[in-house]
Amino acid sequence: MFTSTLRKRIPRILNVRFSSSVEPPPAGGHLPSVATSQLLRSTRDTALRTPDLVWVDEGSSETSESLVGGRETRKMNTYQAVRDAMSVALTKDDDAVVFGEDVAFGGVFRCTMGLAEEFGRERVFNTPLTEQGLVGFGIGLAMMGHTAIAEIQFADYIFPAFDQLVNEAAKIRYRSGGQYNCGKLTVRTPTMSVGHGGLYHSQSPEGFFMGVSGLKVVIPRSPIQAKGLLLASIRDPNPVVFMEPKVLYRSAVEQVPIDDYTLPLSRAEILVPGSDLTLLSWGTPLYHCETALHMLSSPAPTLEPHIPTSLRTAKIELIDLRTILPWDVDTVVESVKRTGRLVVVHEAGMTAGAGAEICAEVQKRCFLKLNAPVRRVTGWDTPAGLQFEKFIMPDAIRVLDAIVETLSY
Amino acid sequence: MSSLARSALRLPRRVAVPSSLRSIQTSADTTQLSSSPPQGLDDPFQVRIHEDSFQTYNCEKPSLDVTVTKGELLKMYTEMQTMRRMEMAADQLYKAKLIRGFCHLAIGQEAISVGLEHGITPNDRVITGYRCHPFAVLRGGSIAGVLGELLGRQIGMSNGKGGSMHIFTPSFYGGNGIVGAQVPVGAGVAFAQKYKEKDNCTFALYGDGASNQGQVFEAFNMAKLWELPVVFVCENNKYGMGTPAERSSSNTQYFTRGDKIPGLQVNGMDIIASKHAAQYARKWTVDDKKGPLLLEFVTYRYGGHSMSDPGTTYRTREEVQRMRSTQDPIRGLQKYIEEWGLASEQELKQIDKEAKSKIDAAVEEAKASPEPKVDDLWTDIYYKGTEPPFMRGREREEVHYY
Repeated sequence: MFTSTLRKRIPRILNVRFSSSVEPPPAGGHLPSVATSQLLRSTRDTALRTPDLVWVDEGSSETSESLVGGRETRKMNTYQAVRDAMSVALTKDDDAVVFGEDVAFGGVFRCTMGLAEEFGRERVFNTPLTEQGLVGFGIGLAMMGHTAIAEIQFADYIFPAFDQLVNEAAKIRYRSGGQYNCGKLTVRTPTMSVGHGGLYHSQSPEGFFMGVSGLKVVIPRSPIQAKGLLLASIRDPNPVVFMEPKVLYRSAVEQVPIDDYTLPLSRAEILVPGSDLTLLSWGTPLYHCETALHMLSSPAPTLEPHIPTSLRTAKIELIDLRTILPWDVDTVVESVKRTGRLVVVHEAGMTAGAGAEICAEVQKRCFLKLNAPVRRVTGWDTPAGLQFEKFIMPDAIRVLDAIVETLSY
Repeated sequence: MSSLARSALRLPRRVAVPSSLRSIQTSADTTQLSSSPPQGLDDPFQVRIHEDSFQTYNCEKPSLDVTVTKGELLKMYTEMQTMRRMEMAADQLYKAKLIRGFCHLAIGQEAISVGLEHGITPNDRVITGYRCHPFAVLRGGSIAGVLGELLGRQIGMSNGKGGSMHIFTPSFYGGNGIVGAQVPVGAGVAFAQKYKEKDNCTFALYGDGASNQGQVFEAFNMAKLWELPVVFVCENNKYGMGTPAERSSSNTQYFTRGDKIPGLQVNGMDIIASKHAAQYARKWTVDDKKGPLLLEFVTYRYGGHSMSDPGTTYRTREEVQRMRSTQDPIRGLQKYIEEWGLASEQELKQIDKEAKSKIDAAVEEAKASPEPKVDDLWTDIYYKGTEPPFMRGREREEVHYY
């Protein structure tokens, strides 16, 4: 995916950044990382004004524009926000149950810490290591009207349950002529790379579900998003696969409203408005995109020769797709029609990844408006070898490269 | 190794020997009358099931004495006969190319669906695999609804969008086409019953072929771990598609495969034994709250696995003929009724005639129903109002916008 021009530069860039003979940069570098990201809402006021937020209070349906005063927020990372969402669901819905491998004592990522103690072991319980069985079990439970919140310990382990999700969960409404459904099923699963996950703890399987009509697939980018989207997924009358980027569990921290609220499914969010190029992503790579935008506008001295001055003022529109299926075609197409350029970034491999579907649809709908071919910056099609993970996953430099190439096409 | 072998030899012999050396018998007519025949339709009387109708695994054998009534036996006869006629009608409609796709018939296995229904209550839940037509009717569906579904008509129980294998009622969680997939779903249904403290249980049925699926064992484990009120029912018709049970399963005693879940093997050709076993299982899980139970009905399907399977490449015609002529469940019940003086041959022939005309009328009703509206292709994918903006067809004109 590297263009020949940038590929030549890579060794130099790497040299400068990682050579021990040069004074090391501060941890995380001078660039924005997840810890300092402007995409995260670190004050109460900005948190309460999260776009599209809908408060779920008894007997009201105010949006974020109203009733901000008097609401509290608490500093949370993503796993705490996920836990908070499940706590709300369990509190408000007596028929809600949480189950999965090791969830009773907190789960490997601590998303269910203390829930079993708080709500009882009949409602928050461990299942055997049986992904297919536990998803099937959840479908049965949801068909009986229970709110079933299942956890697959890693998205890489969702494949044994693929049959239950594709053939049972997604189709039960259709094949029973609307008599039955498992809309109250939500399957949570940690996804994407963590830097050292290796073959079976780094995959992003959202693309495999792209054609599974009847199912919804949601990926949040931050604590506020995770809480609001998870509550929306739990309450959505369709089965939802909710994939949580695992590297953001601890690294992404925000002030999260403590009240009950939801964020809309199937609606993308424009994080940074722009007019020259649309940069579309979801989950972890959004932060690499943010870094790339920073590199573009104020490149480090080593990068300066490679970024034409005329491109540094380019206005890039950054969009978080949030729901992968059914995805928000309108927002993306409207944006690309304005900017004329699209770069899609995701961690899964390029071949038949979610980006393939998005690019095909966009080029069809925006053909005459496009000023450059739609680009994809993705993980490699190879398995995620342990030692090569950082190399395989799309990073800021590769996003930057794609932006520069697309802008100067 | 040699020392291990020697120590193994010293183990008491009887450990490895099953409790009963006799194998189950599958005659349909071995139940004996043990009290005088009744007068009225609802007068109870005693019959005694043949002692080889059951085999147990870690549970007590059901009593062999059963109380029945004339009315119940006649109802069973009517239902079995009607179900067989319905399946035969489906067979004919298929051969006339009016039913397309996949179609699995339960001819020969009627004593299980009818027997089960007579042993449980309407609020219990049933979920099964693809051989599902009789269950759908007995659990509150209609014959025209089933045939209409097979024909793909609006009158079908899934509005003609499902077809065979995809038929549901409020207490019947469907035919399920994926081999074994319904078993953990049944465990989840049972969990909800337990959670809501309902005095009901779930019967999760599967075949001898499905019994080797990994998720079946996953469901067994969860059900026993959490003591769920679920009865796993293996309909052992001796062939998983085209493979005899003994060539697919290392252990063909399916009722023993639940590990810590006790099991009961039942003569699934004798309607009275089948009903009695269903009652026993229901009492086990609901009244006695002893957790899950495994039931194995030993039965036989006369037809092929599906309509495209003549059913004679992996077994002989003689075998099928022998089962039909000597162990047929409907003939068995007919013999009881006649021998015990409950009804005359003429009266039973009258029932047969009525069943046939009922099916004929349902066939006509189903055939007269229109095919689903094109718009219905786009419904029931997502909950109404939460659909994506559009769903693709083959070309632009066919794209459906919600």
